[in-house]
Amino acid sequence: MDQTVLNIIVVGLSFALYFGIAIWARAGSTSEFYAAGRGVNPVVNGMATAADWMSAASFISMAGLIAFVGYSNSTFLMGWTGGYVLMAMLLAPYLRKFGKFTVPEFIGDRYYSNTARIVAVVCLIIVSITYVIGQMSGAGVAFARFLEVDADLGLYIAAAVVLVYAVLGGMKGITYTQVAQYVVLILAYTIPAIFISLQLTGNPIPGLGLFSNMSEGTAGAGTPLLVTLDGLLTDLGFSEYTTGSSPWLMALFTLSLMIGTAGLPHVIIRFFTVPRVADARWSAGWALVFIALLYLTAPAVGAMARLNIMTTMWPNGVEGEAVAVDDLPDWFETWAVTGLLGVEDKNGDGRIQYYNEGSEAMTALAAERGWEGNELTTFNRDILVLANPEIANLPGWVIALIAAGGIAAALSTAAGLLLAISSAISHDLIKSVFNPSISERGELLAARLSMVGAIVVATYLGLNPPGFAAQTVALAFGLAAASLFPTLMMGIFSKRMNSAGATWGMLAGLISTCLYLFLYLGWFFIPGTNALGSDQYLFGIPPTHFGPIGALLNFIVAYVVSNATEEPPQEIQDLVESVRIPRGAGAATGH
Amino acid sequence: MADKPDNNAYWAANIRLVTICLVIWAVVSYGFAILLRPMLSGIAVGGTDLGFWFAQQGSILVFLVLIFFYAWRMNKMDRDFGVDEQ
Repeated sequence: MDQTVLNIIVVGLSFALYFGIAIWARAGSTSEFYAAGRGVNPVVNGMATAADWMSAASFISMAGLIAFVGYSNSTFLMGWTGGYVLMAMLLAPYLRKFGKFTVPEFIGDRYYSNTARIVAVVCLIIVSITYVIGQMSGAGVAFARFLEVDADLGLYIAAAVVLVYAVLGGMKGITYTQVAQYVVLILAYTIPAIFISLQLTGNPIPGLGLFSNMSEGTAGAGTPLLVTLDGLLTDLGFSEYTTGSSPWLMALFTLSLMIGTAGLPHVIIRFFTVPRVADARWSAGWALVFIALLYLTAPAVGAMARLNIMTTMWPNGVEGEAVAVDDLPDWFETWAVTGLLGVEDKNGDGRIQYYNEGSEAMTALAAERGWEGNELTTFNRDILVLANPEIANLPGWVIALIAAGGIAAALSTAAGLLLAISSAISHDLIKSVFNPSISERGELLAARLSMVGAIVVATYLGLNPPGFAAQTVALAFGLAAASLFPTLMMGIFSKRMNSAGATWGMLAGLISTCLYLFLYLGWFFIPGTNALGSDQYLFGIPPTHFGPIGALLNFIVAYVVSNATEEPPQEIQDLVESVRIPRGAGAATGH
Repeated sequence: MADKPDNNAYWAANIRLVTICLVIWAVVSYGFAILLRPMLSGIAVGGTDLGFWFAQQGSILVFLVLIFFYAWRMNKMDRDFGVDEQ
């Protein structure tokens, strides 16, 4: 059967499953729409959180991100998992005890201020909108690659699918579709990885295979996989896989990702869906179990795929002849068509030499052997995940599963973000600020309409990504770290923190982070409008690493302003007391 | 509010537990995997050193253990202090 037809069948089946779940899990009340009726089992919620969290970027790009840089990009692995430790211990159980529906709602009530509430809504919307743009365009690209449709059409299909189950089911529908999406994406990711690990090292667990010896019959049999990879890379002028530079910047970036992760509203609200405080604690652990299944596999996928591509290009070792153009494997041709791989026989010897032409050490060797530049001219990092099933010679249905998995990863994250946006609008703006007397049915309708509005905006931005699409991750994580995380944490851990302190703290974090990003990356990320260049970083801190600094400013400003102004009223101090202890959580549900 | 002193003791015990967990969290990730990696470079693991293993596998495994340990301890502490959900 033709691969595209098979892809369409598998992706179509996965959509049918999502629609079936949506119809089964229709939301009948605001409690169901915002928090799935608080009846979600902690393990199920953990699985949904994992799908909510792992985006198209985690699924398609992360292995490549690690494989092309090696050790230094371990920051992504630690940063995007370590945040769950912060969330489990500093936020999730207490916010579940508080027992409301949204993140701005906690900030507004705890700081007894609609100003604080509105600032929180603004932070939430900036963070979530920037994040959702990448998901929508990611879904479009996934469609384009696997179903051979236009990327714009792919984006419309993705938006329509999300529209059906998110508007119909709210958090309840999203939760159970995310569970299904998790199963699809984790199978798609791990099956090829297990086979590749078996082929290269004989170990079926990729995370262990990464540290094992190469098996018999492979290049470098008997030596550790990482030594073989380091050897090949240095022979070709690339930097060694297992070494890195500037540990302090690595640590700062990891911290930025960790705090940012813990402050992302669409992840925090997932913990509002479990029945009890104790479940919120367990659920954070389960979420990390399901995330770790992919994150422990990703570095192995990256390293092994990179090794496979190196040995494909140099079948006789670096000392021998490079691969002949006619001997390139079939998958190479398939992916060359998509523009993710590209070769050009510059010296006309009928062979493809792949090496680092930018390395001075290689110049002499290249001249000696008659190479006229690197001939693997296009090598997109996403290929390391996308082409994995073909590299491992797996059957067509596994390739189709990767298609369904990539789309599932994008859709599940987009749906979670859209819910966070729409609930902030319908619940925190309409219900809490503009029209407190709105009926339950009216609010449910408002929630659904906000969801439609959010999808329309996200689709528009996905079709016309602003110039800063590439910077959005830095923006989203930086802002979540600098604005929401410190304010939430102080609301629980400091009884003395008052409304003025929290509001000014949030503004300090928000404004300093935006300013730092704009100064170096251009105003509103418009290229060429940046006032300062990358050689002028304050203390050498790149804008992507600014999150922890913004968070620190938030803490300091909040502390100083709070201590200079009145302490919060007694009922707020009692509220903080009650958030800290689990007893009574059931009674605090809803309104 | 007869049980107020209990709540304070409960909260102090929680802060103590969180502090211990976060120290371990920081030592394995920022320490072993990044800043202290040179000190661990003598310990070989599968063709590289222990720091690299912590950066790509070990930290995540320790994070997992920490969250489950915290959940188990806290849920037990809730009952000991009589503040669990009934």
